[in-house]
Amino acid sequence: MFDTVYPQLIGLCTGALLLTSALMVWRHSLLASIRLLSAQGFALAALVAVIGVEEGAAEVIIVSVLVLLVKGMGLPWVLAHETRATTRTDEAPRLNPTAGLLTVALLTILSYVVASRLLRDDSSVSAHAAGIGLAMVLIGFLLLVTRRQAGSQLIGFLVLDNGIATVAFLTSGGVPLFLELGISLDVLLVVVILYVFAGRMRNKFGNTDIDQLRKLHD
Amino acid sequence: MSFALWIPLAVPVVLAALSLAGGSRQFARLGPVGSSAAVLASGLLLDGAVLAGTVPDLGGGLLRADALSAYMLTVVGAVGLVSTWGGLGHATVVPGRYAGSYDALISVFLAAMSLAVLADNIGLMWAAVEATTITTAFLVGHHRTRSSLEAAWKYVILGSVGVAIALLGIVLIYAASRGTGEPTLSWLELSRTGLPLDPTLIRAGGALAVLGFATKAGLAPMHSWLPDAHSQAPAPVSGLMSGVLLAVALYAILRIQTITNAVIGPDFLRVMLSVGGLLSLFVAAALLIRQRDFKRMLAYSSIEHMGMMAVGAAIGAAALPAVLLYVLGHGLTKATLFVLSGRILEVEGTPRIDDVRALLVRRPGLAVPWLIAMAALVGFPPFSIFFSEIGIIVAGFDAGLGVVVGIALVLLLVIFAALTRLTVAMTIGAPAAAPAPGVAAETRLDGAGDAVTGERPDAVPPDRSSHGPRLPLFLALGATAVVAFIAEPVGTLLARAAAVLGGIQ
Repeated sequence: MFDTVYPQLIGLCTGALLLTSALMVWRHSLLASIRLLSAQGFALAALVAVIGVEEGAAEVIIVSVLVLLVKGMGLPWVLAHETRATTRTDEAPRLNPTAGLLTVALLTILSYVVASRLLRDDSSVSAHAAGIGLAMVLIGFLLLVTRRQAGSQLIGFLVLDNGIATVAFLTSGGVPLFLELGISLDVLLVVVILYVFAGRMRNKFGNTDIDQLRKLHD
Repeated sequence: MSFALWIPLAVPVVLAALSLAGGSRQFARLGPVGSSAAVLASGLLLDGAVLAGTVPDLGGGLLRADALSAYMLTVVGAVGLVSTWGGLGHATVVPGRYAGSYDALISVFLAAMSLAVLADNIGLMWAAVEATTITTAFLVGHHRTRSSLEAAWKYVILGSVGVAIALLGIVLIYAASRGTGEPTLSWLELSRTGLPLDPTLIRAGGALAVLGFATKAGLAPMHSWLPDAHSQAPAPVSGLMSGVLLAVALYAILRIQTITNAVIGPDFLRVMLSVGGLLSLFVAAALLIRQRDFKRMLAYSSIEHMGMMAVGAAIGAAALPAVLLYVLGHGLTKATLFVLSGRILEVEGTPRIDDVRALLVRRPGLAVPWLIAMAALVGFPPFSIFFSEIGIIVAGFDAGLGVVVGIALVLLLVIFAALTRLTVAMTIGAPAAAPAPGVAAETRLDGAGDAVTGERPDAVPPDRSSHGPRLPLFLALGATAVVAFIAEPVGTLLARAAAVLGGIQ
């Protein structure tokens, strides 16, 4: 029974991951992006759980609960807390929505080409979906370079990190549990640090616009 | 001997907790010095163990000290000791309220770096390197000025994105090892030759991992965080970042290179590292010629030396002992210079080279060690950087990379000229006729009420104080001056460490 729905579930979860990433490029409101990030966390946790049931590995199920708690709830909560404190939550990105979505489409095609070349010996269902993970990494980069607010850059970083986690789960069923814990802790701390810095930035400059960080140069 | 593996992790963490818990300020300030000493002592113990032919391990092989790890741990401890001990004079600029967390973060940084070099697992090493991004972020932003906030933001974003790319590479290397039955991230397992690793995945994973750690090592074109972070951080932290953090990132690159070399041959990463190294040398040369800030000057010099080490890594086996000696020589010299730059900044009140003139006449206590250390940095013998550079260049010509080392040599000469000019501008010459604001303030403080001294700056007695502990600086400079001449045990240790990476015996 599970074997027949397994490919569909993998497709559904990875589809949700790609869709939320693309929507983040489209939406300019920070709060909407944070809700999308939370949805992405849930989709990633579901993907991990599906892989865990398929492999029959209890360890992977524990990881999926961890992913749900950290990426689905914890990080979006921290970000939403930070965003409510800012006066401006709208973003004026360097790229308009149409150009943004077009770039997302190109990046997705590119990552499918790369992934199919990388994993050509692997004919499993999950390996076929690995292109989505690479696409998320590239979309995360896109968000990092085109957004101007500190909060949006943070979201770009988290999409990038979700992408790496997706690649890890789809290609090798995830890294060992203790490493997953270490990696999650590191990402959480980086977000907390950037959150603290965004707060200091608001105190010093009155807003969190990255473009004003131009004083240091040669 | 396995206790020497957990001491460098446990002692700094305990001392960090004690620093945070408060208590005596004087004791808390000694915390980082104690941590460095513990790391250095364990490093030396492990050096002894590997020279006796054993390979201590702990936790089911999770921590392992082969010759390379033991050597790198010694470097972490030695550079840490110079930076923290020499930085004790740096007290006044640390705001009292945050001083406890400052000392605690330095201790945690040292523990994370020790874990990174001792871990026999790429994933664990990754987590440790990322942990150092976290600790140094607050240290870079420690002064809480606008510029230090900017430097810290850029550093955290670029550093964590770079390290995230490395994680993607590590994930692909892990996926490549599925062919061996049990997927693994152990250095020891992965660097065995003849494993059925997927070459396509290893190529992609190795390239991404090296790219990511090259960001952390400050190699061009991903170097842009480095000058900002090094110039804004407190001086001892700059010394630690330059001498320890960059070195450990290079260590990660060398280990990954061993894995890829065994599967797809050396040519692939050789091109990447040569391009990165030469580009770093070029960027450093271009920006050193017109440099105005002496802390940024030291930062660009770090990019230069990392570039030269990357060229050495590209050359491969024959150059590895020279590269490893380079790591030690550069770390000790740069830590000394950053500590001195912090003191100069403190007494002169300006980071601008133009405003710091005639240091040798006015402040011989600072200028003499500064001149000696700059001589070591630009590559004068008998200091070990000279021998490392010669070793890399000779090995490059032997390995048929004459064009690469030729270009490197030309860029090194340009950098030599630029650094010499800037150092001469700072130290040599007569004091300006009109006293600079810093000098005037100093004079008023020294000769309170003595109006004659204020008007005639020539009469100011030279300041012979070294403004902080003198011993660590001279120990560091002395060590770099003699280390290249000690064949036993240093030469043997370097050869064994290079052998771990598949180098010459």
